[in-house]
Amino acid sequence: MEEILAMKGITKVYPNGIVANKDVDFSVRKGEIHAIMGENGAGKSTLMKILFGMEQPEEGEIYYKGEKVILHSPNTAINYGIGMVHQHFMLVPSLTVAENMVLGVEPKKSSVLFDFEKAVQMTEEVSQKYNLAIDPKAIVEDLAVGKKQKLEILKALLRGAEVLILDEPTAVLTPQETKELFEELINLKNQGFTIIFISHKLKEIKQITDRLTILRNGRSMGIHETKAISEQEISRLMVGRDVVLKVDKQPATPGDVVIETKGLSYHDATGKPVVNQMSFRVRKGEIMGIAGVEGNGQGELVELITGLKKPSVGDIFIGGVPVKDLTVKEIRNLKTSHIPEDRMVYGVAAEGTIGENLISDRFDHPKYNGKLLQKVKSLISRSEELIKDYKVKCDGHTQQVNMLSGGNIQKVVVAREFSSDPKLIVADQPTRGIDVGSTEFIRRKLVELRDEGTAVLLVSADLNEVLELSDSLMVMYGGEIAAYFEDASQVDEMELGMYMLGLKTMEQHEMGGATGE
Amino acid sequence: MNKRVLFETIRTLVAIGVALLLALIIIFSVSDEPGYALERFLLGPVTNLRNFGNVLEMAIPLIFTGLAISVMFMAKQFNLGAEGGFFFGAVGATALVLTFNLPPVILPVAAIIVGALAGGLGSALPAVLKARMGASELVSSLMMNFILFWLGLFIINNYFRDAMAGAMASHRFPDAAKLTRILPGTRLHFGIFIALAMVVVVYLFLYRSRWGYALRMVGLNIRFAEYSGINTKSVILYSQIIGGMIAGMGGTVELLGMYPRFTWFQLPGYGWDGVIVAIMARNNPLLVPVFAFFLAYLRIGADIMARVTDVPSEVVAIIQGVMIMLVTAERLLAGWRHRMVVKEKMKAAEAAEVEGGGVQHG
Repeated sequence: MEEILAMKGITKVYPNGIVANKDVDFSVRKGEIHAIMGENGAGKSTLMKILFGMEQPEEGEIYYKGEKVILHSPNTAINYGIGMVHQHFMLVPSLTVAENMVLGVEPKKSSVLFDFEKAVQMTEEVSQKYNLAIDPKAIVEDLAVGKKQKLEILKALLRGAEVLILDEPTAVLTPQETKELFEELINLKNQGFTIIFISHKLKEIKQITDRLTILRNGRSMGIHETKAISEQEISRLMVGRDVVLKVDKQPATPGDVVIETKGLSYHDATGKPVVNQMSFRVRKGEIMGIAGVEGNGQGELVELITGLKKPSVGDIFIGGVPVKDLTVKEIRNLKTSHIPEDRMVYGVAAEGTIGENLISDRFDHPKYNGKLLQKVKSLISRSEELIKDYKVKCDGHTQQVNMLSGGNIQKVVVAREFSSDPKLIVADQPTRGIDVGSTEFIRRKLVELRDEGTAVLLVSADLNEVLELSDSLMVMYGGEIAAYFEDASQVDEMELGMYMLGLKTMEQHEMGGATGE
Repeated sequence: MNKRVLFETIRTLVAIGVALLLALIIIFSVSDEPGYALERFLLGPVTNLRNFGNVLEMAIPLIFTGLAISVMFMAKQFNLGAEGGFFFGAVGATALVLTFNLPPVILPVAAIIVGALAGGLGSALPAVLKARMGASELVSSLMMNFILFWLGLFIINNYFRDAMAGAMASHRFPDAAKLTRILPGTRLHFGIFIALAMVVVVYLFLYRSRWGYALRMVGLNIRFAEYSGINTKSVILYSQIIGGMIAGMGGTVELLGMYPRFTWFQLPGYGWDGVIVAIMARNNPLLVPVFAFFLAYLRIGADIMARVTDVPSEVVAIIQGVMIMLVTAERLLAGWRHRMVVKEKMKAAEAAEVEGGGVQHG
């Protein structure tokens, strides 16, 4: 089969300094379903945004049907026949399906007025042609998510797309909707369309793709025939972590309870319980891992504990103190540290200096302050100490944080959070998207702190990490505790998967002492 | 860090250069004697002491409002209330000096304190509305300017008006209230020292105090500040109140330094000029006096040019506009800056790879 599209040596650096793609080669054959796989932050979306003209690469070339093309904007991409369905739909919710369909290419009556009837007719035509049923007169905000997605696909097809890019299309779908989508995609493929499918779900990829490209840390790990590569091989290439990364650790010697939650619940803006009736305990000198597919309430649980969100129902005790009504500062003063899920959003002020970022939790401590002014010298020497102890590779404490690599930015966060003599560390995805060296360093530090008596609550989407580091283990599904294992080393991965996907849930008595009321 | 400073400096110089070039084109196209007009515009302010004194006089209020806006913008609070704060501060000071009979030195000091409080009061309302209800401080502070203006006029007209004066004006200020003139042959007054002292105070506040640190972190990334335990609501409040206070001080100093009585019956405009100064100075208090001087120089130059030639002084408004647009235009020279970032990151990435032991390419 011929290549319809090729990208060669693509490198993309964002203005904030993040290297999203580095020297990536990518190619797609006509009429195939091609997956792009990788962890969050591996550069999948960026690569596709470049292909759709939304971002301009620093280096590299794009060839479409053998010709070199420059994609200045999505419009250029659409004119070449490249369409994209974004993860977050680009629809006007208050308009009808037909109106959304023709947005930007509106049919006109006597070349001035919008011709709604024609728009409906166009929608019906394209929907019949590709066998994607949709009601043209329905209002978009009333549609189910699966239908909205269908509308996005139809929009691209109406604009003459031959290559369709789908950004994590199944992330928002129910299993039934996913099944339907896959049938439609295979149907489109049989009609000669080329589909690029971004996902990190192994099973789906195996099910419908012909070939796959794996990205890790912004770099390509090669193009593979889906049939010829095993799931283990894919996950090894995606995560790249079964290499060594064995952390030497002694058995835990847990002490008193440090954090305890009782019937903890949090309802989102729509009233849906995102965290539901969670009761658990973590003891001194113990790492409790929380495994689970992302978006099952782990993020909210972390924010509840650290005071960024307030629980709807239930209680949290840290060192015996109820913290439900305390501010972030007061909770931090109870010796709680927090490694946030997204370091660029919460973990750092990217435009601040390394020094400024290292002191954000203690800038007002009496130790560093005179009556009016800060003791600049002791703040600087503390920062320099931390940079050295945590091996942050930089030009000095006055360098801007966003000039560092991801791993070093994370080390800045970790240095700050680990150096405040914490009794409890809440670590949310502590090693996501960073290089192996930094990952190993951070994991070892976590174990060291555990050995010194810190309680650690570890949330990670990386199963290897959870299994490697945890002493005890909890699985979250749908905002609830689906399973609890007193001894994480005895857990079978397959069984863990069943709990993570909600196929199995432990009964209260199975979970034993640590989670009950 | 240094590269960034260099970049910003070059960007500012480019903006100024382009704006002056534009001024040149305008002058050459409207004037019959462009050479003379240009010479007056650029060199007029330094041809005699009186003109140069005018530049320094004008820089004083600009320093105050520039600092006021810098403090608020540094916290990413887009409060444009320096105009109202400046005016209302002067009203407060007028009320004080005409009510209390205090000895010299003490009277102006008390006036400045009251002026600062009056200015702070003006910006407190938008600040509270923002912190409590999330109301946009941009809108409420703009509206507040008018409230303060009319409230101020009401106070002056009803309580402090000199019925004997020909125009609407307050009673004359007692001599004890006035700021001393410091340079014979000019109107340059002691206020310049107060302004420069404020530059240092604001710098120390922003870069050396814990409150300034919290303020800057809220400005850089408010979610990071919240996560770190910084009380962001109180920063939203005090950044704007302090900004209003500095503006109020400025109004007082300008009034007591330059005027024998309160005669402002329209907003003096220094609040808006403060926005220009703060933007050019990138909110850096140490650069505020530089750009306040620069703007004052342009204004006085344009005035002199308009007086002796056929070019109207409005030229300077065009120059200002162009400069602000270019300085705030993020995309100006963005390509160059981006290449700089790319180079630096690639170096960092390569270094990390060497350290990672080559496991990256599986």
